[in-house]
Amino acid sequence: MSTVTAGGVSTGAERPAATRSRPRPGYGRFVLELVMIAAAVVFLFPVYALVTLSLKSPSQIADSPLKPPTSPTFHNFGNAWSSASLGSALLNSAVITALSLVLLVVIGSTGAYYLARCVRGLGYSLYVLFLLGIILPFQLGMIPLYKLVDDLGWLGTYQGMILFYTGIQMPFTVFLYTGFIRALPSDYAQAALIDGCNHRQAFTRIVFPLLRPITGTVIILNAVFIWNDFFTPLLYLGGSGKETVPVAVFSFVGQYVSDYGLVFAGLVLAALPILVVFLLLQRYVIKGFAGGLKG
Amino acid sequence: MKAPRIAGTRLGRRDPTVPPWLFVVPALVVYAFVVLYPSIAGVVYAFTDWSGIGSFSFVGLDNFHTLLHDDRALASVGNTLLLTVAIVVVQNAIGLLLALGVNTNIRSKALLRVVFFAPAVVSPVMVAFLWKYVYNPENGAGLNGILGAVGLGGLRQDWLGNPSLTLWSVAGMVVWQYAGYSMVIFLAGLQGVPAELHEAARIDGAGAWQRFRYVTWPLLAPALTINLMLSTIGGLKLFDQVYAATDGGPGTSSETLSTVLYKEAFVYGKFGYSTAVALVLALFVAAVSLIQLRYLRAREVTA
Repeated sequence: MSTVTAGGVSTGAERPAATRSRPRPGYGRFVLELVMIAAAVVFLFPVYALVTLSLKSPSQIADSPLKPPTSPTFHNFGNAWSSASLGSALLNSAVITALSLVLLVVIGSTGAYYLARCVRGLGYSLYVLFLLGIILPFQLGMIPLYKLVDDLGWLGTYQGMILFYTGIQMPFTVFLYTGFIRALPSDYAQAALIDGCNHRQAFTRIVFPLLRPITGTVIILNAVFIWNDFFTPLLYLGGSGKETVPVAVFSFVGQYVSDYGLVFAGLVLAALPILVVFLLLQRYVIKGFAGGLKG
Repeated sequence: MKAPRIAGTRLGRRDPTVPPWLFVVPALVVYAFVVLYPSIAGVVYAFTDWSGIGSFSFVGLDNFHTLLHDDRALASVGNTLLLTVAIVVVQNAIGLLLALGVNTNIRSKALLRVVFFAPAVVSPVMVAFLWKYVYNPENGAGLNGILGAVGLGGLRQDWLGNPSLTLWSVAGMVVWQYAGYSMVIFLAGLQGVPAELHEAARIDGAGAWQRFRYVTWPLLAPALTINLMLSTIGGLKLFDQVYAATDGGPGTSSETLSTVLYKEAFVYGKFGYSTAVALVLALFVAAVSLIQLRYLRAREVTA
């Protein structure tokens, strides 16, 4: 319901926004600035609660949960770190995300190079087949795939998860790369071929370096998806000791549900790595999310 | 492709500048193994009584008959559709307003953009746990605490425990997380609207609303298409937030197609029935994507 409040607050933003080009911009801009900042304050309330509670002991929380902490305690963070096994969860998430990204970039860009340059016949049919995968919800194949991975003996392993992410994100990755390569002149690769390169050399030495902008987008969008994914790691990794961060947090919260200080300290620690990366790379991340999905 | 034809390529059948098809094999193999084969098998299993172990037999449309008499599954269809509509409308409305507000010369615009977008990069499970506290039924905690503090104590609710409210509370947390995502996509669209068009409309005497309605809005169509597609598909498939915050309850009041098919398979062992529910979900997603693409693409214009 607080979203309705947020909407109500920012409804007023539209009119001042549109008046920005009138002769007296000072006053309207000031009002708009206030309205937007007020909206941000309302929007940030859950984050305030998260940080405040994580700094309090259970008795302080029972006393006055939402007042700023007078004598903050950092006990919760140490406890949460060990109770949720966050160290190993972060390592698991990092390994699975990094290796899936390497495979997606290498296999996806190579495949897309063929699909972008062979636009008729087989190339076109395969491209359409890949696009189909963007629409198909993974739940349709969820159970047969679970059985397949089980038969391989890959449940509870890194390679099971890496295989899953490489396959499930392949259509989207191929789609992004193909669109980019099609807009790229093919002259460079042709020159390389005429100079005696074979196709593999032309791709790795000439074409792939030119794909850097879209490779960045591919990495950002897939990394955020893989790092935060929950459903499949819950199925594949639950109880294996190789749980990723969301699964570890899920069982940790289930165990300590009534201790908000501890739970929230865990959430802060678990969310921190991706938030820090986001803040460092915010321009690229926002650009990737804003532009990567244009089709 | 205007590749120079090299002598010896018969009738242009093999263009030497096209890389060999081997390039696409690895991508195709992984995709076939993880998506294509399991999805086809899923469609087949939807017509069987498979329990996950041992053999199974084909039961025709039995699973779909069961679905039509399964109160929980039927409730989940209704809930999924309501949730999706609520999320699509509210998330995009707020996203658009935020984008219009940030796409100005206010000083805090760079900071605001980061603040509003940040929740979108955090795991939905964690956001759900955070909001479980915001929706705490106790008077002094979370949203109820704030309502009490600002003198609106009468509005306090058991946000997740009241069956007629749960669904909207779940929609609220999803909107909170992804409104900034919609904003970022609208913002990219707004930045593509040429300033000269606004200038020309202003000289012609168009007011602020008219300039938005007749200049900005039509040119936002591509951004709107992407936003509606993303939020609709995300809403239809919603699982993480519901599973973490309410597990479909109380009763069946927040059960979605995804939570039902998860439980049918991994709690009750009805794999055949679960894939039938998944097939229904897939049909919804496919139908909505095709309709939206067709209808929304038709009204896209270029600057």
